Amino acid sequence: MLLSPDDTVKAQLMDGADLDRTLNRLARQIVEHLDDDAEPADRLALVGMQTRGVHLARRLRDKIAAVEGLDLPFGILDATMYRDDFRKRLRQPVVHPTDIPFDVDERRLVLVDDVVYTGRTTRAALDALMDLGRPASVRLLALVDRGLRELPVRPDFVGRTVPTTPGEEVRVRLAEADAADGVWLVERATNTE
Amino acid sequence: MTEETLDTRRSSLDALHHRHLLGLTGYSTGEIRLILRTAREFREVLDRPIKRVPSLRGVTVVNLFFEPSTRTRLSFELAEKRLSADVVNFSSAGSSVSKGETLKDTARNIEAMKIDMVVIRHKSPGAAHFLTRCIDSVVLNAGDGAHEHPTQALLDLLTLSDLALPRFPADQLQQGDLGGLRVSILGDITHSRVARSNIHGLRALGAEVMLCGPRTMLPREVEQMGVCTTDRLDEALDGCDVAMALRIQLERQSAGLFPSLREYHERFGIKAEHLARYPDLYVMHPGPVNRGVELASEVVDSERSVILNQVTNGVAVRMACLYLLSGGIG
Repeated sequence: MLLSPDDTVKAQLMDGADLDRTLNRLARQIVEHLDDDAEPADRLALVGMQTRGVHLARRLRDKIAAVEGLDLPFGILDATMYRDDFRKRLRQPVVHPTDIPFDVDERRLVLVDDVVYTGRTTRAALDALMDLGRPASVRLLALVDRGLRELPVRPDFVGRTVPTTPGEEVRVRLAEADAADGVWLVERATNTE
Repeated sequence: MTEETLDTRRSSLDALHHRHLLGLTGYSTGEIRLILRTAREFREVLDRPIKRVPSLRGVTVVNLFFEPSTRTRLSFELAEKRLSADVVNFSSAGSSVSKGETLKDTARNIEAMKIDMVVIRHKSPGAAHFLTRCIDSVVLNAGDGAHEHPTQALLDLLTLSDLALPRFPADQLQQGDLGGLRVSILGDITHSRVARSNIHGLRALGAEVMLCGPRTMLPREVEQMGVCTTDRLDEALDGCDVAMALRIQLERQSAGLFPSLREYHERFGIKAEHLARYPDLYVMHPGPVNRGVELASEVVDSERSVILNQVTNGVAVRMACLYLLSGGIG
C-alpha cells in the first residue's frame, strides 16, 4: 500500500519518472563532485540511511556505475541507536542492520537519506559514522528537503526543496520497499508517537 | 531513515508488550524474535572500534545482586555501559541486607535515589515479580531461584539461531524459526532456572526439546511442557543437533541426588567419544563449567563447543532487552 487510508494527500511531489530524473541529476552531481581534485574518486563511498535511503543510495551507485564505470563502495547505516528522542516520543523503535563493509577512515562519504527535516537524524548518523572511524569528509544527500530544521544541518545535494508545515509529512515510496515510486505531501494522519 | 518519525513499523505480532522482563513464560514467539533480531544488531556494535552507543544516556540502572554471580553481573554491567547508561551496583554482602533490611525496603530506598531500571538476581523464586509490586522502575530478572533466567535463555536462543546446520535452509534459524531443531538439555532440570526459561523459549520458536538427567533431577509431569525425558545420555544425543549441558551444583551430591561426580560424568557427561560418534553435534553450557563433570575438558575446548559465543551473545541480548524495555521510560 503506497499511502495510509488515513493520509490526506495535499500534493504529489514526484511520480516515478520525476524521481528517476531527480536521481539521474543527483548521480551526475556526485560525479561532478568526484572531478574535484580535492575529492579523489578512489576514496569516495555511498552510505544509505535505513531504510529508504539505502534503496536510493543503491540506485545512485548503479547510475554512477552505468555512466562513469565507477563501482563505488556502498554501505548501510542505521542511526536508531543514536537518536536522542526515542524514549521521549516513541516506544520500541525498530533497529535495522548497519553494514559498512569498508574502512571509513579517510573516506569521503556521501550520506544518502530520503527526507531531511529537523536535522536530528543526520546528527545521529554523523555520531554513528564517527564511532565507526574518521571519514575525511561527509556530504549529505537528501531526495527531499522539507525545511523546519532544528539543528544546523544543510544537505549538499538536494533532489527537491519543499517548504512544509509541522503538521504535514513527506511520504517517499520506493518500489524496493513499497508498491511503486513516488513522493507525496500529506496531512499528518495519526499521532505516530 | 526519514526524519519525520523514528521507524516503529512492525506487525502487532513482533512488538514487545511487556514492561518488565521477569521470565520468558508469557513472552510470545514474536516478542522473543524481536529481542533476538535486535540483539543481532547490537552484536554488530560490539565489533565496532567504539563499542558504545548513546541509547540509554540519562537512564540509571541498578544491578541488585542478592546472590553471587560473575558472568551475568559482568554481562549486564557491560551491556548497560555499552548503551551509555549510568550504572550502580549493589550486592547484599556488606549491605543493609546483612543487617536485616527486607528486599522491599532495600528496593524502595534505592528507587528513592531516582533510578529507572533494576536488574535483580535473587535466590528466591518470584523475587523479580515481587519487586514490580514495590517499585515503579522497569525490572529485569537476572535469575530468581529455580524459577527463571530469561536473558540466559535468550542468549542461548541467539547462539542456536546462528549455528550453521546444513540440514536447515539458509536463514531459517536466523529468522527465529527453530522448527525441526532438536535440543537436549542435560543435567539437573529440577533446580535449573536456565532449563525452565529455555524450555519455554525453545518451544515457542518451534524446537523439539528432550530433557536428560538422573531421575532424581527430572521434575515430575514436565512432559506437560511439550518435552520428552530420558535418563539415558545416548538416547538424548541420538539425532540431537545441540546438547545444552547444565551446571551441576556440587552441593546436590550431598543432598543425595546422585552418588558421585565421577559417576555423574560417566553417565551424563559429554566426552570426546560423543563428539566423534555424533559429528554434527554442537555443545552449549551456561557456565561456569565443572570440567570433567558436565563436560570433559576436551569437549569444552573443542570447535563444537559454542560456550564463548554464548558469552558474547549475552552482552548483545542484554543490550537488546535493556534497550527495548527502556522505550517506555520518560
